[in-house]
Amino acid sequence: MQIYLPIAELPVNVLLILFMGLAVGVISGMFGIGGGFLMTPLLIFIGITPAVAVASVASHVAASSFSGAISYWRRRALDPILAAMLIAAGLIGTTAGVMLFTLLRRLGQLDLTIAVSYLLLLGIVGSMMVTESVRAIMRARGGRPAEIRRPGSHLWIHGLPLKMRFKVSKIYVSVIPIWVIGFVIGFIGAVMGIGGGFMLVPALIYLIRVPTGVVIGTSMVLTLVTMAYATVIHAATNHLVDALLALMLMIGGVIGAQFGARAGARFSGEQLRLLLGVLVLSVGLRFAYDLVVPPTELFTIRATGEQQP
Amino acid sequence: MTARLIALALAGVFAGAQPAAAERLISTLSTSRVLIASNFTGADVVLFGSVERDAQTVARRGGYDIVVTVSGPRETIVTFRKQRIAGIWVNADSRTFVRVPSYLTVLANRTINDIADVNTLRRTQTGLARTLLPQEIAGDIADSIREDPFRLAFLRLKLEQKLYTEQQNGVTFLTPALFRAAIPIPDNAPTGSYEVDVKLFADGVMLARTQTALEVVKTGFEQFVANAARDHGLLYGLATALMALLTGWFASVVFRKD
Repeated sequence: MQIYLPIAELPVNVLLILFMGLAVGVISGMFGIGGGFLMTPLLIFIGITPAVAVASVASHVAASSFSGAISYWRRRALDPILAAMLIAAGLIGTTAGVMLFTLLRRLGQLDLTIAVSYLLLLGIVGSMMVTESVRAIMRARGGRPAEIRRPGSHLWIHGLPLKMRFKVSKIYVSVIPIWVIGFVIGFIGAVMGIGGGFMLVPALIYLIRVPTGVVIGTSMVLTLVTMAYATVIHAATNHLVDALLALMLMIGGVIGAQFGARAGARFSGEQLRLLLGVLVLSVGLRFAYDLVVPPTELFTIRATGEQQP
Repeated sequence: MTARLIALALAGVFAGAQPAAAERLISTLSTSRVLIASNFTGADVVLFGSVERDAQTVARRGGYDIVVTVSGPRETIVTFRKQRIAGIWVNADSRTFVRVPSYLTVLANRTINDIADVNTLRRTQTGLARTLLPQEIAGDIADSIREDPFRLAFLRLKLEQKLYTEQQNGVTFLTPALFRAAIPIPDNAPTGSYEVDVKLFADGVMLARTQTALEVVKTGFEQFVANAARDHGLLYGLATALMALLTGWFASVVFRKD
């Protein structure tokens, strides 16, 4: 069953898009992330231009984070003050990201930038996740207890000024690293079409020492707000958001997330981190492959976007 | 006023009289509007035409040849060439093709090179290979050289995307004077106004030419969404974000476990 996408300007198979939404939804439910880092490359792979893919996936991530955030809110498993701090910087980051996106599109280097950023970001984050979780699993196998959070251990981050107390998270920490994290997540989210949950969660745990109980809920609130905002300004400035495509992805995504959440409960935290790490790394390698292997077609054509009468 | 009318009439007489009682070319399209709805997967527009003769028209031994050229809205297209820089393949060199057809189809009743000599074909821009593709180089705009690798790549990629086509058996003569051609409109066809140019050749000479147009437009829901996205970007974005929130909220209500 084919349906013509009004903004992407090509027909796609409805079942294929729903299935992609479902598959990414399962993964997002399983790991408590938005799944943008998988969805954007998949859309590019089926022939949707990177620009439309990035802009449309933002709304899909907003939908899945919202349904997640609601259930974490019901359980009070999020830190609203921390979320507000992250959001304040995240919105600035998103605005800057969309500005860079618009500039790169005009220069004709958007596709390359997206590919290189995916390679670097997913390659680095994926490798880190894989090595970290393999080590944790080895430790657990060896019978040694997993490393627990020592109250005395301080990173240089904890010496920064502008300290603030976050009651729900029970942490007393400088707002500077929180703003930096919020800005970076918003910025790369807008450029690459990802919510950034897979980076945000480890960053909050390891750098800010946010307790695991509230970290996913808090991260979902941030991705919800930055991605909803990214949808609005991508639509207002670049006119590239395909609502029909986004709707199909959302429907598949929210249903898949329910199955994913159940499947995720069967694995331990280390196993989940390893799985996610492998997934992140393989998407990164897929982009590396395209960049490094000599292409069969050296040429590409692209309309400058200005239609003349 | 009267003088102008006479002048016009005379001009008409001279224009008509010049190739003494030449053939007239008449053509019509099965539809002049191709509508893109949500189930659009491409369409064919059929062109019917007839070569009108009268008693004085000389007999053509070689028969008639028809070339139909359909060109879509013009756009400026950049062709990039990848090059290996620091180990990765990046778009390095590029050429800009200025105001070239976004869509181009050439249909003929036989091999175009047999219809007329190269100079005639070139002059009348008949055939894909002889279409003007102006390139912008350092501020100057000039037609690209035939063997230019960027031009060849541009044509090849457009052919692959099915936006450019050339069918040397795309025109069928039903009778010696009546012909038909199917103009393929692919699913990725850009919207806008398409020029349909029909040329009549006989014995290597162009005898007549007629032009008509067709339009490719989005309709219904597709049109609504595309217009909203272009003209009311902010509202459209807000609506999409709201839709995302509603979908997320709906899911959390439907699948609520506690």
